[in-house]
Amino acid sequence: MFMFIVRRVFFALVLLLAVSFFTYMLFAMLPSDPAALTCGKNCKPDVIAANRIRLGYDKSLMEQYWLFLKGIFAGRDYGAGAAAFSCGAPSLGYSFGQHECVTTLIAQTFPVTAYLSIGAFVLWMLIGISTGAMAALHKGKWQDRAASIFTSIGVSLPTFYIGLLVLFSVVIWLGILPFPSYESPFENFSTFLRTMILPWLVLAVLSAASYTRLTRNGMLEAMNEDFVRLGVAKGLTTRIVLRRYVMRQALVPIVTIAGLDFAGLLGGAIITESVFSLPGMGKMSIRAVVESDLPVLVGTTMVAAVFIVSANVLVDIAYGYLDPRVRVK
Amino acid sequence: MSQDVVLSVKNLSVVFHTPDGDVVAVNDVSFDLRRGETLGIVGESGSGKSVTASSILRLNNSNTATTTGSIVVSGVDVLTAQDSEVRRIRGSEVAMIFQDPLSALNPYYTVGKQIAEAYLVHHPRASKADARGVTLDMLKKVGIPSPEKRIDEFPHQFSGGMRQRIVIAIALINNPKVLIADEPTTALDVTVQAQILDLMKNLQSEFNMAIVLITHDLGVIAETALDVLVMYGGRIVEKSTVEALFSEPTHPYAWGLLGAVTSLGTSDRGELVAITGSPPSLISLPAGCSFNPRCSYALEICSAQVPLLRSVGTQGSVTACHLPKDEILTFGRKAASR
Repeated sequence: MFMFIVRRVFFALVLLLAVSFFTYMLFAMLPSDPAALTCGKNCKPDVIAANRIRLGYDKSLMEQYWLFLKGIFAGRDYGAGAAAFSCGAPSLGYSFGQHECVTTLIAQTFPVTAYLSIGAFVLWMLIGISTGAMAALHKGKWQDRAASIFTSIGVSLPTFYIGLLVLFSVVIWLGILPFPSYESPFENFSTFLRTMILPWLVLAVLSAASYTRLTRNGMLEAMNEDFVRLGVAKGLTTRIVLRRYVMRQALVPIVTIAGLDFAGLLGGAIITESVFSLPGMGKMSIRAVVESDLPVLVGTTMVAAVFIVSANVLVDIAYGYLDPRVRVK
Repeated sequence: MSQDVVLSVKNLSVVFHTPDGDVVAVNDVSFDLRRGETLGIVGESGSGKSVTASSILRLNNSNTATTTGSIVVSGVDVLTAQDSEVRRIRGSEVAMIFQDPLSALNPYYTVGKQIAEAYLVHHPRASKADARGVTLDMLKKVGIPSPEKRIDEFPHQFSGGMRQRIVIAIALINNPKVLIADEPTTALDVTVQAQILDLMKNLQSEFNMAIVLITHDLGVIAETALDVLVMYGGRIVEKSTVEALFSEPTHPYAWGLLGAVTSLGTSDRGELVAITGSPPSLISLPAGCSFNPRCSYALEICSAQVPLLRSVGTQGSVTACHLPKDEILTFGRKAASR
């Protein structure tokens, strides 16, 4: 098991290195001059040239990539003399659009994304698994049909549509909640809750749909298993049979997919953050795209990649614990 | 052998409600089982033998199936008893083993946990250490080598025969009065089949329990059972002792079954005779005797009236056939001697 983990982590690191290379090259090849974007419309050529040297865009692509990599581990200094500044390790570059180190920007925006993701994740797992279990236990009855309607709606409606609809009806039309304006939970917890409740719900309800389906089908499949019949034949109560036999089996694919979904969300819930104007990583990425703020794009992509790759490793390890048949010795 | 009845099934009928209509899977089945006795139930797929078995533990889904009649286990009618009472009977009075020992074991728990779980549910005051001790003893009894090591392994780490031994251990951990074995050897290799049957026989005399052995394999019946029910289309068509079934079968379907048995060491001219046609769809059973379309002896009355069980022959057999008694005996002996 230990060797398995070591091997998986090693390959994950190799994968991240590859991701960093391709991301950096891809964005660097975009037809825009980063240096020209540092100082707006009335830029003078000498300022552009100076900035180019200061930010290192005068060097070759490979050299730039090497400096980027080195910055992650050792931090990075820009310029010289009075105009010099530095981004400490782990440095993901310097945003010329926002005049700030990318790592600092991510540190500012990531908590918002994390609060959104964690809240939505907890809600959607609760909603998804409970409606799925209800549908399975009442197969063919109205509960099952209601869950199936819910699933179709959740799967087919996009976040931006439902998000705007909810925003319009709850905030503008009914006026139950104030217009979302994000504040940190440590500063103003009630505003934080009032801002987050809608994005949490929208994200949770829409994502829960596929978990409802997964739970329902997983449980129904398990209920047909002989070992579940043997559990009943042992004289176990329905509750124990459901927990140790039916849910135990249905949980394996749910955990796998949940891990990956959650990691994907941590990389930035772009649409939800934009609709509800939450200053998270997703919204920052969108802004970076619009402004061609390449360092920010590379930085957020790298962070998302780290989450997804680590989630894959964790799910692989968890899988061994969940299903003894694939456990590595 | 004592004569006390441990399981009494009377007029058991099971109807499944399907979108295509009602299916009578079991029709008016009655039998008694005495302590220590083995009853074989034979028949093709769809003859209702497995549904009969699962009814005894009330394992049929009550949403899709209606079960009528009575199934009395130590004074309790399983079909009308409270859920808690049925749960008490399951595993402690009546235990069950299944056809495929791999799918019958929970892949997510060690075999030790699964056996101990069956013990603990009926011995709520026992400690986990007690349960482990009982489990180890049971593993030894069912012939698992080095049980101290294997108790903490998972089902997939065992071979097919060993898995079936685990399933038997789960079934016998509470010393049940009745063991229902639903095709216990069908999924196993032939050599392993004999071992499992031997094991069941030995444990049966050790625990003094009755066995309901469900199979489509007449060889298995011949080796283990005392009394035999032959089922066809959800009904009992013949009820007899094993000796009578093999020397003087009384139902045309049983004659066909015997003709389809192969055995080593008999005359080489013996050709296997298959029963023509295929088992009837339970949704639209033929009128009258459900075997009549496949029966080469069928009379006019056979397609009009369901034959009732009546005693025929010299060995106490009961059969559901319209043929005259003397013809039954003549044809039966001929079928047996072939």
